[in-house]
Amino acid sequence: MRVTFNANGRQVEADDVWEGESLLFLLRERLGLPGSKNACEQGECGSCTVYLDGAPVCSCLVAAGQVQGREVRTVEGLADAETGLDPVQQAFIDAGAVQCGFCTPGLLVQTHDLLAREPQPSDNDIREALSGNLCRCTGYEKIMDAVRLASARTCSTSEVSQ
Amino acid sequence: MEFLRPATWDEALAAKAENPSALPISGGTDVMVELNFDRHRPAALLDLNRISELTEWESGVYEGQEGEVIRLGAAVPYARITRELARQLPGLALAGNTVGSPQIRNRGSVGGNLGGASPAGDAHPALLAAGRDVFVEAASVRGTRLIAIDDFYVGVKRNSLEPDELIRAVRIPVADGPQQFSKIGTRNAMVIAVCAFGFALHPRSGTVGTGIGSAAPTPRRAVAAEEFLADELAERNLWATAG
Repeated sequence: MRVTFNANGRQVEADDVWEGESLLFLLRERLGLPGSKNACEQGECGSCTVYLDGAPVCSCLVAAGQVQGREVRTVEGLADAETGLDPVQQAFIDAGAVQCGFCTPGLLVQTHDLLAREPQPSDNDIREALSGNLCRCTGYEKIMDAVRLASARTCSTSEVSQ
Repeated sequence: MEFLRPATWDEALAAKAENPSALPISGGTDVMVELNFDRHRPAALLDLNRISELTEWESGVYEGQEGEVIRLGAAVPYARITRELARQLPGLALAGNTVGSPQIRNRGSVGGNLGGASPAGDAHPALLAAGRDVFVEAASVRGTRLIAIDDFYVGVKRNSLEPDELIRAVRIPVADGPQQFSKIGTRNAMVIAVCAFGFALHPRSGTVGTGIGSAAPTPRRAVAAEEFLADELAERNLWATAG
């Protein structure tokens, strides 16, 4: 079947999509968007997290056909062509929150959503929001640092601009 | 495999009648795992994402149920139940908040738990505890019938839906007393229940509701405990004084 939808602000189309295929497979294998990672294929690890109509979801658990006519934003869509990396991405780099990097795309999208909803999250809020994103390298401490850093920078920037 | 994408509820019912073996998919959090691991290859998927009324809930008064009732659309995601219905349906909101991860709670729904009828589904103990007058709306081109929650689960991953029926909504009385939900798993987050328990006091009717998950082929209530506790509370006159 053919699936047409909006990926990172641009209309995309894929043909010969298998009916039982996941959105993750469609993104990675047919649309050249390999940022979202495939690890567990059962919604346990969060590596494939993308926005679907503004809500973070595991793209391995969305059927490709379900995104027809809808909006998907992947990790590739977080950075801005003009202003560069999103503050969340920059904070992950600066805090050393990336080791092997496999879980990073999912963590970036999930953190991006957290800070959009709650610009100054408590440590509990962060742990709760990231409870579905597994990282086997960092022990999470650097990731916590990165989220706090992104939050602090975003809040101070918005204070200045106000 | 076919991918059926009805745009309206009537189209969905017609599609299910024509393709009784089609597997309904909404949030996909259970169905896609089966597909990804090639455990199940249905003849067709019936995508319900385009049917907006499934993601709505309303409050009203319904025959056979006392007081205010929430008619919860089958596909309202758990994240919204916890956000929007914590006052009206506290037990279900607590249960919903233990489902998977935030990403899963943005997609998973009570309709999916009911359709899958896994004994480990987190919604079941809360639905059983909410009362014997919780009803599942099962709809088909033949019409709509109400299935009492106690008659809904019939075996491991089996429910009492007919092959041409889809779950439209669940009717749950608004809490008239305290409700709780608890779940034991191997860790705190993202865990399938080793055992789950839903509990509700119903002062209006002087009854107690319980629901046990993951401990039997189907979710079930602890009838003897419900009756014992209701009688004890009545005997000590604690229903009236609220403890």
